Amino acid sequence: MAHQWGMVIDLDRCTGCEACVVACHAENNIATVSPEEAARGRTMHWIHVERHWEGEYPNVRARFRPVLCQQCGAAPCEPVCPTYASYHTAEGLNAQVYNRCIGTRYCANACPYTVRVFNWFSPEWDKPLHLQLNPDVSVREGGVMEKCTFCSQRITAAEIHAQAENRELRDGDVTPACVQSCPAGAMVFGDLSDPTSQVSRLARLARGSKLLEELGTLPAITYLERE
Amino acid sequence: MAPNSVTQTNVIDQEAERIREDLLRPLFRTSWRFYTVVGVLVAIGLPGLAAFIYQSYSGLGVAGLSNPVFWGFYITNFVFWIGISHAGTLISAILRLVNAGWRRPVTRCAEAITVFALVIGGQFPVIHLGRPWLFFWLIPYPSERHIWPNFRSPLLWDFLAISTYITGSVTFLLLPIIPDWATVRDRSTGLRKRIYTVLALGWQGTPREWHRLETAMSIMTVAIIPVAVSVHSIVSWDFAMALVPGWHSTVFGPYFVVGAIFSGIAALIIAMALLRKFLHLEEYLTPVHFNNLGKLLLLMSLLWFYFVFAERLTVWYGNETAEMPGFWSVQRGQFAGLFWTMVACNFLIPFPILAIKKLRTITGTVIASATVVVGMWLERFLIVVPSLEHKFLPYNWGSYRPTWVEITIMVGTAAGMVLLYVLFAKFVPIISMWELRGGEHATAAEVAARGVVGRSGAVPDATLLGTNG
Repeated sequence: MAHQWGMVIDLDRCTGCEACVVACHAENNIATVSPEEAARGRTMHWIHVERHWEGEYPNVRARFRPVLCQQCGAAPCEPVCPTYASYHTAEGLNAQVYNRCIGTRYCANACPYTVRVFNWFSPEWDKPLHLQLNPDVSVREGGVMEKCTFCSQRITAAEIHAQAENRELRDGDVTPACVQSCPAGAMVFGDLSDPTSQVSRLARLARGSKLLEELGTLPAITYLERE
Repeated sequence: MAPNSVTQTNVIDQEAERIREDLLRPLFRTSWRFYTVVGVLVAIGLPGLAAFIYQSYSGLGVAGLSNPVFWGFYITNFVFWIGISHAGTLISAILRLVNAGWRRPVTRCAEAITVFALVIGGQFPVIHLGRPWLFFWLIPYPSERHIWPNFRSPLLWDFLAISTYITGSVTFLLLPIIPDWATVRDRSTGLRKRIYTVLALGWQGTPREWHRLETAMSIMTVAIIPVAVSVHSIVSWDFAMALVPGWHSTVFGPYFVVGAIFSGIAALIIAMALLRKFLHLEEYLTPVHFNNLGKLLLLMSLLWFYFVFAERLTVWYGNETAEMPGFWSVQRGQFAGLFWTMVACNFLIPFPILAIKKLRTITGTVIASATVVVGMWLERFLIVVPSLEHKFLPYNWGSYRPTWVEITIMVGTAAGMVLLYVLFAKFVPIISMWELRGGEHATAAEVAARGVVGRSGAVPDATLLGTNG
């Protein structure tokens, strides 16, 4: 049976430390940009932590929400791509085929979460980051769109490993880089088609909700709101 | 009776000959002004080409786009030029369909705008690509990649609609040129004769040929109207299909079509005024034509205002959380200046000029048209950018500022459009000679019957050009 990969993010636990952002950059060969480019809104983060202020000064609290590709079940980014670079996999992921992308950027406009990032220039890494590229992940060229894959290379690796041991994938076999690096344990990843998996159990909690659920995009990520 | 009818025939022949001479003069005589104009246009156009090469080489980042404003000036210009393209084919097809006699000197100028505006507008979706050298992946053809383009994508509808429209428009433009090219062939020598012999496709002017030409034109006239309407509807759906507050609207189809015809007529009036002045066509493009097109422009201005009002009102009244930030940024935020300039350019200024008969002169309609062209460009910009700046999640809001690359390309392509038009007017009689004569016969006879022979000074222009034909 096909897996349905999903994630739960507990906003009560998130401290906004952005370790997930750094881990994602390292794992997925995401380019870094200059401060000037970053100020123009051209950072390449596949996951970003939104900071919102709650209350009026001086009684203000910072709230954090890590936002990555929601891997929508009905993704607005997919039908608009003229070359099928953005497409839906059997396991419910919104995949992006870099080599097929011609850079219309229509998908990024259509995405209500603004989590797709575009290679405005060919990628560069600040030294010595260029020496630590992940061999399991292709590097992208200028002019193509890229986005969170739920660390599909780790999913593939776990499947190969399980196959070698002649067994099914177990809950916890796959851990994306952001989940692995979260010091507060705010993120949980797993198979939503397995009702006993940790992610399935957490996703059913009453304080769970989807981001912009009213748009009908059927996100695979459930946020557990603060109590 | 007999001598009288001989005189009539002579008058008609003389008149036709004079028209041919007037309209063929730009083809046979080239002044220094032509070379100057071409030189200036090339000088403006080449930096645009250089900027595009620079952008392709360096990366799209040299443009002012960013996350979340992924579309900016390029898409604005794309929509703008496709809008301008509705000048010709649609207007000329409608006027042909209702058999409006005064259309005769206007149709070809209009149809040429369509073809060249499509050539220019069609470049922008390629210019704006991240990897423009792969644009042909949008074309559905069997390839070694074993994959078709995605027919669900509005961008593919765009590609199909615009390629259909340009094919239709070129056919619509070329068909009635054939007899005129044959006339040029018959009157020229040497290399020019050889070129126009090829272009005239062996036209002899037999009744059979005329019959076929008229049948073909009737078919094209009817066929091109739905194509033109569909093109700008599909352009509007590039926006309306996307789940973006401010874009996702059912009114966009007709709103865009109306705006397109609006800007198209304005461009046509400007082009006609320039042709009239520089090619000395005062006798052919008369105040009557500007007056009639001015009335059409007035109608479109009212329709445009109605659509803007309907679109703005429903968004404001609905007061949806996601829609309002973009709405207010246009109404009274950082885009308010541009918005009210647009309203002034598209309605407040042209409306009185076009509504008051005394002001609906050549100068008046040209001023109104110039403001409309500016206003419609602003309208396209205000549709593309403010909505993208304010999508659902406020954390991701951003802003857009174009760079010199985008501006250079924009100015360069505009110069390219004018250049194509100038060259066209050099190789093709810009007013259809045989159609003009078709409208002339009855009136020339009338003129002769009234005993008034000679230049138009003695005859009201409208009568000479067959207003009632």
